Amino acid sequence: MGMEPNIFKYVWHHSRPEQLFILLLVIVSLPFYYFSLNLPKQIVNQGIQGQGFDGPGATQPFFRLHMPFGESLFGEPVLLFDGLSLAQADMLTALSLVFLSLVIVNGLFKFVINTRKGRLGERLLRRLRYELSDRILRFPLPQIRRVKPSEMATMIKDEVEPLGGFIGDAFATPIFLGGQALTALAFIMVQSIWLGLVAAAVVLFQAFLIPRLRRRILVLGRERQLTARMLAGRIGELIDGAVEIHANDTTNYERADLTARLGRIFKIRYEIYQRKFFVKFLNNLLAQITPFMFYLGGGLLAITGHLDIGALVAVIAAYKDLPAPIKELINWDQQRLDVQIKYEQVIEQFQPPALIDPERQAVENDPGAPLEGPLVASALSLLDENDIPLLRSVSFTAESTQHIAVVGQSGSGMEQLSLLLAGLMEPSSGSLRIGGRDVDALPAAVTGRRISYVGQNAYHFTGSLRNNLLYGLKHRPVISADPDHSTSAFDRAESRRSGNPDLDIHDDWIDYHSAGAEGEADITARMLDVLSTVDLVDDAYRFGLTGTIDPVSKPDVADGILMARAAIIERLATSGNEDLVIRFEANAYNFNASVAENLLFGTPRRHDFVSEELASNETVRTILREAGLTDNFVTMGVTIAKTMVEIFADLPPGHPFFEQFSFISDDDLPEFRTIVTRVDNLGIEALDKAARQLLLGLPFKYVEARHRLGLVDESMAERLIDARRRLAERLERDCPDAVEFYRADAYNAAASLQDNILFGRLAYGQAQAEETIGRTLLEVLDDLGLRQTVIEVGLDYNVGIGGGRLSAGQRQKLAIGRALLKNPDILIVNEAASVLDRSSQVRLIDSILERRKGRGVIWTLQRPELASRFEMILVMGNGRLVEQGSYQDLREKGTTFKTLVAAE
Amino acid sequence: MSIDQEVEILRRIPIFSEIDPAKLKLMAFASERLTFKPGQRLFNQGEMGDAAYIVLDGKADILVEGDDGPLRVAQLAENEIIGEIAILCDIPRTASVEAASQLTTLKITKDLFFRMIMDFPEMGVEVMRVLAHRLEQTTTQLRVARAAG
Repeated sequence: MGMEPNIFKYVWHHSRPEQLFILLLVIVSLPFYYFSLNLPKQIVNQGIQGQGFDGPGATQPFFRLHMPFGESLFGEPVLLFDGLSLAQADMLTALSLVFLSLVIVNGLFKFVINTRKGRLGERLLRRLRYELSDRILRFPLPQIRRVKPSEMATMIKDEVEPLGGFIGDAFATPIFLGGQALTALAFIMVQSIWLGLVAAAVVLFQAFLIPRLRRRILVLGRERQLTARMLAGRIGELIDGAVEIHANDTTNYERADLTARLGRIFKIRYEIYQRKFFVKFLNNLLAQITPFMFYLGGGLLAITGHLDIGALVAVIAAYKDLPAPIKELINWDQQRLDVQIKYEQVIEQFQPPALIDPERQAVENDPGAPLEGPLVASALSLLDENDIPLLRSVSFTAESTQHIAVVGQSGSGMEQLSLLLAGLMEPSSGSLRIGGRDVDALPAAVTGRRISYVGQNAYHFTGSLRNNLLYGLKHRPVISADPDHSTSAFDRAESRRSGNPDLDIHDDWIDYHSAGAEGEADITARMLDVLSTVDLVDDAYRFGLTGTIDPVSKPDVADGILMARAAIIERLATSGNEDLVIRFEANAYNFNASVAENLLFGTPRRHDFVSEELASNETVRTILREAGLTDNFVTMGVTIAKTMVEIFADLPPGHPFFEQFSFISDDDLPEFRTIVTRVDNLGIEALDKAARQLLLGLPFKYVEARHRLGLVDESMAERLIDARRRLAERLERDCPDAVEFYRADAYNAAASLQDNILFGRLAYGQAQAEETIGRTLLEVLDDLGLRQTVIEVGLDYNVGIGGGRLSAGQRQKLAIGRALLKNPDILIVNEAASVLDRSSQVRLIDSILERRKGRGVIWTLQRPELASRFEMILVMGNGRLVEQGSYQDLREKGTTFKTLVAAE
Repeated sequence: MSIDQEVEILRRIPIFSEIDPAKLKLMAFASERLTFKPGQRLFNQGEMGDAAYIVLDGKADILVEGDDGPLRVAQLAENEIIGEIAILCDIPRTASVEAASQLTTLKITKDLFFRMIMDFPEMGVEVMRVLAHRLEQTTTQLRVARAAG
C-alpha cells in the first residue's frame, strides 16, 4: 500500500474535524477583531474629543444595539437594546474598558487558535514520523541493505519537521486570506466594475506568472533537499569508515569531497535566494501597478466625467485591503510548495517495490503449534536485484528436528539458504515447507518465535547484557505495567489520535514461558543456563566483579559483599598470602595506592575529584596549603619530571612507552624539560606560578610501590595521612557528596564489587598475586554462595553501542545465547561462531548440539570438517546444492565435500 | 630498593654493562619488580618464555625435569639474569626455575626487551657481543671436551 502522494489529501484525511473546528474559531474571532480595529477611532472622537456631547452634563447612549440587517429585512432599523446613557468621562472609561476586554478576547482567540494549530501540526507530524518508521520496520531485508541509515534518520528527524508548522495553516489560512481578498475585490467591483476588472486582471496575472517563475525554484528545492540528505549520508560514512579513512590517509580526499558537496549546496541555496527575491520584487511591483492604473485610468475617467470622484476615492480606499492578503497568500503558497516537495521527496524513499504485509507483524498473531514435521525445499531459487541467481533450484528433504550442517565456499549460497530457511527472505521461485506450512507465508509471530536465526554480525543494542539476552523474548506485552508506571490513559488516547499503536513500552514484554520460566523470579536462572552453554559465564562473572550496585536497593548483596570482605582476608592469611592485598586503613598510608587515593581515601563521585583534576581542585589545594604540603608536592613533581625527562629523552614522540609508563605525555615533555633545566640552574624558587602548578599535578598519580622513586617515606606518609584527615573534615562540611570514603564496615556504592571485597590494593611485585587473589576471591564467593549474585550483577554490564564493549567472540556468543533462550523449534546459525578459534568453536558447537538434542539445528559452517557432529550435511557450490548426506557418506563418496575438507 | 639501586645492579650484568644508564633506568622503570616466596616457580621447563628475570636479591634454583623429578643443576644469586635464551630465540624454557629463598627479581618482558633493542640499536650490538662471546666460550669448551674424549 503506497502513501498518499499529496500532502493536502494526507492532512485533510487525518485531521478534517480539527481543521474545520479551527476554521470555525477563525471565523468567530473575526467580528471581535474588526470591532477592536474600529474602537480607537471611537475612543478618540467620542471619549476624548467629546464628539456628540453638546456640553457638560450631556449624555449619549452606550452599547445601543440594532439587529443586524434589520434595516434591509424590515425596512427600518430594529432596536434591540437602547443602551446606557453615559456622560463624556464615563463614556471614555466605558469605551476604554471595552477596548481592554477586546484586547484580552482577541489575545485569547489567538492563543487558542495557535495552540490548536500547533497541536494539530504536531499530531500529524507524529503520525507521519510513526508511519515512516513503521515502514522501515516493514522493509524486506534486501531492501533495507540498500539504504543509508543516516539518510533515513535525517529524513524522519529533520526533513519532515517543517511540515508540522505548516499543517495547522494548511486549510484555515488560505480560506481566511482568500475570503479577505475576495471581499476587497468585490467591494471594488461594486464601486466600479471596470476598475474592479483591472484589479482582478492584475491578480490573475500574478496567479499565472508567479507559479511559472517558481518552477525552477521547485526543482532547486528538490535538489537542495537531496544534496543535504546525501551530505548526511556522507557524514555517516565518515564515521562508519573512520578506520579506513585513517588507515589510508584519505582525510584530505574526504575534505575535498566535503568541500565539493558544500559548494554545490551553497550554489543551489544561493540560486534559490536570487530567484525567491526576484519573485518577491515582481510581486511588489505588480501590487503597485494596480494603484498606478487606478490613479491614471480612474483619474482620466474622472476628468472626462465617466466616473465620479467619490467613487474613485472609495475604490482606492478599498484597494488598500487587497495587497496584504494577496501577499500572504503568495507566501502561503510558497510554503505549500516547499512542504509538498519535502513530503514527496521523503515518502518516495519509503515506497520500496515491496513491503512486508502489516498483517504478518500484527501483535495479535499467535505462534501457534510448534513447527514440526518434514522440512521440504523444492526448487528454491533466489535472484539478486540484477537478476543474478544466488540460489539455483535447491531441493532437499529433512526432518525439522535434525541437526543439519551447511557447508561450502563463501559465495556458494550458504548464507542465502539460511536466510530463506529463517523466513527472513523470500525465494524468487520454488517453495520451502516445514510440516506442510509455507515458510514465506508464515507470520512473524511464527518465524520470529519458533525459529531463531543468528547471523555473522549479530547486532547488539545499547544497554545491559541482560537486556540483550532477553531481547529475543520481547514479542508482545505479556504483563501490563502497574498503574503507577504504565502510560496514562490520557497519553494513550493521544497516541491513538496520531495513529500510533496502543502498545505500552512500560509493560513487561518478556515472554517468560517460551524461555521455560514462570516469571521474573526464575528467568535469571534460565539466562545463566544459556550463558553457560555459550561459555559466557566467566565473562559475566568478571563483568560482575567490575560492576557496581546500589546498596540501598540491593541491601542483601551489599551485606554479602561485606561478609566476603571479612572472609577473604582470613582465607588469605591461612594460605600465607595476606601480603598480597594491602588493605585500606584510616590511619595508615597505603604504599600500593596512589598519592591521590591516599589523600581522598575514597572513591570520587564527582568529576572534579578524580585524580587528574585534584591539582586544580580548590578544596584539595587549600588542604595542601594548610598542611604545609604544597612545596613538598612541587619538589616531588620536580623529581618525577627530572626522571621522566632523563629516561624518555631519546624516545621519539608517540612512542607507546609514553602512554604506558610516563607521568608526562610526549607533547608536554619539552615544557617539562625547560622547567627541569630552570630548576637545575636557578633552583625551585625561580619557577613561576604556571610551572609550579604543572609540577604540583605530577605526584597525585605516583604509587610508591610501583614507581619506586622513593618520594614517599615514613614521615611524608604521616603528613599525607594528616592531610587526609583534614580533607575528610573539610569535605564532610562543604561537599559531602563529592567522595565516597573508604569505611571498613560500610559498602562503597561508588566502587566495584571486587574493590569492595578486597578493600585494598593488590601488592605490587608479588609473584602470581593476581591469580592467587582471583582464585581466593572465587573460593570465598562460592563459600558464601555469592558467585551467582556476582554473575547477576554482571548481567547489568553495559555492552556499549552495537556491543562495542564486548570482544567479537563475546558478541557472537551472546547472540547465540539470545537465540537459545527463546527455545526455538529450529535454531539457524549462520557462520555465527566464525571469529572463535577452532577449539572454542568445537566446544561451543558440542555444547549447543547437546543442549538441542531432538530439536532442530541448521548450522552454516565455515570449517567443513566440524560437520561430522551433524546428522545431515548439505554441500553448497555456486548456488546449487551439490551433495548431501551423512558425514560418513560424504567422506566416502562426496567429491566437493572432500575438496572442501582438504582445502582447510 | 629504589630505581637507582636497580640500575646499579643492571649495570653489573654483562649484556647491560655498556649501556647508557638513562636507558637502563627506562628499562627498570618500565619493568615490574617481582617477589617470589621460597619454593614458588618463576617458570617451568617446556613453557614458552615471555620474560627474562634479573635477580636483585635472594637465590634461585635451576631445575631440570627428569624421570625421577626435578634435578638441581645450578643456583643463581644477585646480579644474574635468568631465562634470556627463551626470549631471544623463541624456544621453550630449557629448565625450570624456583625461588630458593625470598627472591626479588626484575621482570623484563620480551616485548620490552625487543622494543628497547629496536629503539636503541647500540643495546642490540651489546647483546650480540655477549652472545658471540658465549658462543666462543662454548666452542672452546667443545674443542677441549673433544680433545679429552
